Amino acid sequence: MLLLILKRIGLGLITLFIVSLITFVGVEVLPGDACTTYLEREAYGAALDACIKRLGLDVPAYERYLDWASNVIRGDFGYSLSGEMPINEVLGPRVKNSLVLASVSILIGIPLAIVLGIITALWRDKLPDIMISTITIFSMTIPEFISATLLILIVAIWLGWLPGIVIIPSDATFYELLSNIILPVVAISMIMTAHMARMVRSSVIQVMASDYVQMAILKGVPYWKMVFRHVLPNALLPAINVVALTIAWLLGGVVVTEVVFNYPGLGRLVIESISNRDLPVVQALAIILASIYVGINLIADLMTLMLNPRLKSLQIRK
Amino acid sequence: MNEIIESVKNLSIGFNSQKGKQISILRNVSTNIKKGETVGIVGESGSGKSTLALAMMGYIKQGLFPLKGECLFKSEDLLKMSSRQLEKIRGRKIAMIPQNAGQALTPNLKIGYQIDEALRLHTDLKKTERDKKISELLNKVRLPSPETMAFRYPHELSGGQQQRVAVAMALAGKPDLLLLDEPTTGLDVTTQAHVLELLRFIAKDTGTSMIYVSHDLGAIAQVSDRIVVMYAGEIVLEGPARKILKEPIHPYTYGLLKSIPKLSLDGLPSSMPGSQPQPGSINEGCSFYDRCNLATDHCKKNSPDLEHIKELDTNVRCFNHKELINQNNNLQTSITKKSNNSEAIEVLKLKDVSISYAKQKFFDQLFDKISDQNPTVKDINIDIKKGETIALVGESGSGKSTILKSIAGLLKTKDGQIKFENDRILSSDLKMRNPNDLRAIQLIFQNPDESLNPNHTVEQILSQPLKLYFNLSGEELKKNIIELLKKVRLGKFYMSRYPRQLSGGEKQRVAVARAFAAKPDIILCDEVTSALDVSVQAAVLNLLQQLKEDLGTTYVFVSHDLAVVRAISDRVAVLYQGRLCEIGPSQNVYKFPSHPYTEVLLGAVLEPDPDIKPKLVAEDVVEEKPPEKGCSFQGRCPRKIGNICNSEVPPWQIGENGNAIRCHINIEELASLQQ
Repeated sequence: MLLLILKRIGLGLITLFIVSLITFVGVEVLPGDACTTYLEREAYGAALDACIKRLGLDVPAYERYLDWASNVIRGDFGYSLSGEMPINEVLGPRVKNSLVLASVSILIGIPLAIVLGIITALWRDKLPDIMISTITIFSMTIPEFISATLLILIVAIWLGWLPGIVIIPSDATFYELLSNIILPVVAISMIMTAHMARMVRSSVIQVMASDYVQMAILKGVPYWKMVFRHVLPNALLPAINVVALTIAWLLGGVVVTEVVFNYPGLGRLVIESISNRDLPVVQALAIILASIYVGINLIADLMTLMLNPRLKSLQIRK
Repeated sequence: MNEIIESVKNLSIGFNSQKGKQISILRNVSTNIKKGETVGIVGESGSGKSTLALAMMGYIKQGLFPLKGECLFKSEDLLKMSSRQLEKIRGRKIAMIPQNAGQALTPNLKIGYQIDEALRLHTDLKKTERDKKISELLNKVRLPSPETMAFRYPHELSGGQQQRVAVAMALAGKPDLLLLDEPTTGLDVTTQAHVLELLRFIAKDTGTSMIYVSHDLGAIAQVSDRIVVMYAGEIVLEGPARKILKEPIHPYTYGLLKSIPKLSLDGLPSSMPGSQPQPGSINEGCSFYDRCNLATDHCKKNSPDLEHIKELDTNVRCFNHKELINQNNNLQTSITKKSNNSEAIEVLKLKDVSISYAKQKFFDQLFDKISDQNPTVKDINIDIKKGETIALVGESGSGKSTILKSIAGLLKTKDGQIKFENDRILSSDLKMRNPNDLRAIQLIFQNPDESLNPNHTVEQILSQPLKLYFNLSGEELKKNIIELLKKVRLGKFYMSRYPRQLSGGEKQRVAVARAFAAKPDIILCDEVTSALDVSVQAAVLNLLQQLKEDLGTTYVFVSHDLAVVRAISDRVAVLYQGRLCEIGPSQNVYKFPSHPYTEVLLGAVLEPDPDIKPKLVAEDVVEEKPPEKGCSFQGRCPRKIGNICNSEVPPWQIGENGNAIRCHINIEELASLQQ
């Protein structure tokens, strides 16, 4: 078991290494270097020299990679070009904001998705299922930039209940933050919950049709007891990986939603740094997002392993 | 003893078709279950036997609903009860033992919990009493180490053990009636015999009534007091087990019994034409009309009622049953002798073949070799003559299908060679074989549902090998396809059909035709009749035999069904854990089994005759891996002589009958031991 965990962690590290290599090489092969791209028309003379010096672009690429990589391992991503400050300082508040948005969405969205999925499966083809399924399919099919815009139009502009764009002062209290992020959370949850509820529904339906559920009924197990003991543990197991992917997607910044609501999270930072040609920040973000995906998937795999007795004993026997 | 505990009255169950028509899959079924008796319900797939059994617990599958009639359990109608009331009956009064315990046990719950659940629901025992009861029950179904068994998960048990757990679970509520839905189907021959023995013991010990549902007349014959034969949703014959099996007076039962291959008979059983009608396709007349050789015009227009024959204590649904009374002495004899037209030339040789499923390590991959000291299949030497049918038999895990896959090139061999025609070595890698070798060796798979592309018509399916190997096209291609269909007794009009429009037997015929399209020298048959109903199986076996005699093809036939193997094969090789135990002419291996494993295997076969009881000589332990050294059968051998069996691989000996065996005991001594 421990060996397996170590193996998985090792694989994750290799993935990260490859990602870092690819981003670095990608930046390297772009025409021009970080300074000429960033400075654009002012890329000449003293300004360019100073920039090259500051970024250390005068040393060979592999040396720069090694230098950069060893700094990243120590947690130092270097300097942002546009902000003229350490990238860590740029990232800090963004990570916090994304985290807040993601965790609120997760706390609301995932339990809701599971409950809706179970309800639609248990009342399959009956009124609750037809109603919920119509709504979920509807919100799944509308792209988020449309639903987000509609939300702003209706709730913020017509009704005027909530602010349409998010302006968070750096010293905002949690409550202030909360009232600001209601609309983005709703926009995100609509799509996420719908997807997951559909998944849970089909998983529960599949388990309900299994031999062991029929057996439990014929054994005389009361309905709800059967649902909780025999159906749900087996039906929700495959959902773990989907949940993990969703969480990773949320933490990585929901680019479109953040842009529409002007929310200062990681997603918008990606867009900003790309349009500002701030290559050091782009590099840093690539690594961070990759780490989030790798980390969360690792946790999901391990959880599946722990919860599924079939896999667990398989691993131990090996 | 004569108290009736459950009675089904005029029960019809059906569904609404897409056109809004009501289609019944169970029609007017009435029967009574008495206290302490075991009733066998037998029928082929689609006969409605499982639907009937489930209805007897008040359970109707989704999509179906009762059209009329009732299921009275102690004079209360189960079909009218609320689910609350049914919960009190299910598991407590009527308990179910399912077909596939591996899938019927909830995977995330421990064995002990699942039995405890039944105890909590249906008894008033306290926690400590229940714990004691659990190990008592596990002990009763003869599971090893009942104390630790309770803490294991279902997947950690073998198929036979899972089935025993299901029995223990059913017994927990002390039911009056046990419903068994194909409880031994899917188990190995020896395991099946042991589980049946256990069930018989439990019936006797507890006085529980049992309803035993199965397609397997062999299993039914071993346990039933009374037999109900179902056909197309109706009861066609019902009576005491012995009478039904020895003097069947319904033409369907008669034909069914004749189409079962038997261990004691050398040759192919006679087959029944056609297949069971689909639900909803019978409008008038007798449902068996199309397949019956006693049918008259009267049968076409009028459907017979169930008639009670007093002298035989039997109910029969046939106008012409009198013609079958006193006809039954030829039940055993009508068997087509097969002619062995094998020539002396060897067409395929397996030399020291070993196959391993072990993953290649990194360095081995570089050098393209496999290092596994204990491969799944080892030391296989078989020379296959042109035109013969050689069968590989053994239980699951014996490596028989593995060997077949290697011959086909689907699985690489670890060591040894496969030689084809004039000692030319065939590459073990499919990609390295030349097109002519690929054409020469064809495969027929177990399940035609999966081996035929559902989106291709029969014409497309058959044209593929013809195009690939012979470059045929246009009129010539069409002519060849029609000819192939004719060979497998299918009409020209099948060309435009899709697999889903064919019955199981017809599908397998198409699969046979596809294999023959390549004009192969060797056809590898992997359990080709296992997915078919008995009455259809005999027809496919006869077809294979006929084609072989006409075309001189060689068959390598893999099956777990020993009676089928006896019927079709000229020579048989018995495998245990990937090692050969015995090989010889089929007649002799079956008549004088020499190797202890062959003896165990043949002893466990269930025959559709209440007078032939299986002999259980070895424990039904499941071994996961072949032993590292010594004889492969050392772990279960009833005739083990000592240390030599554990340490040395036994030598080959050839007996006077031509059987070769691998055993440390002298072959003549073995023969005298078995007397």
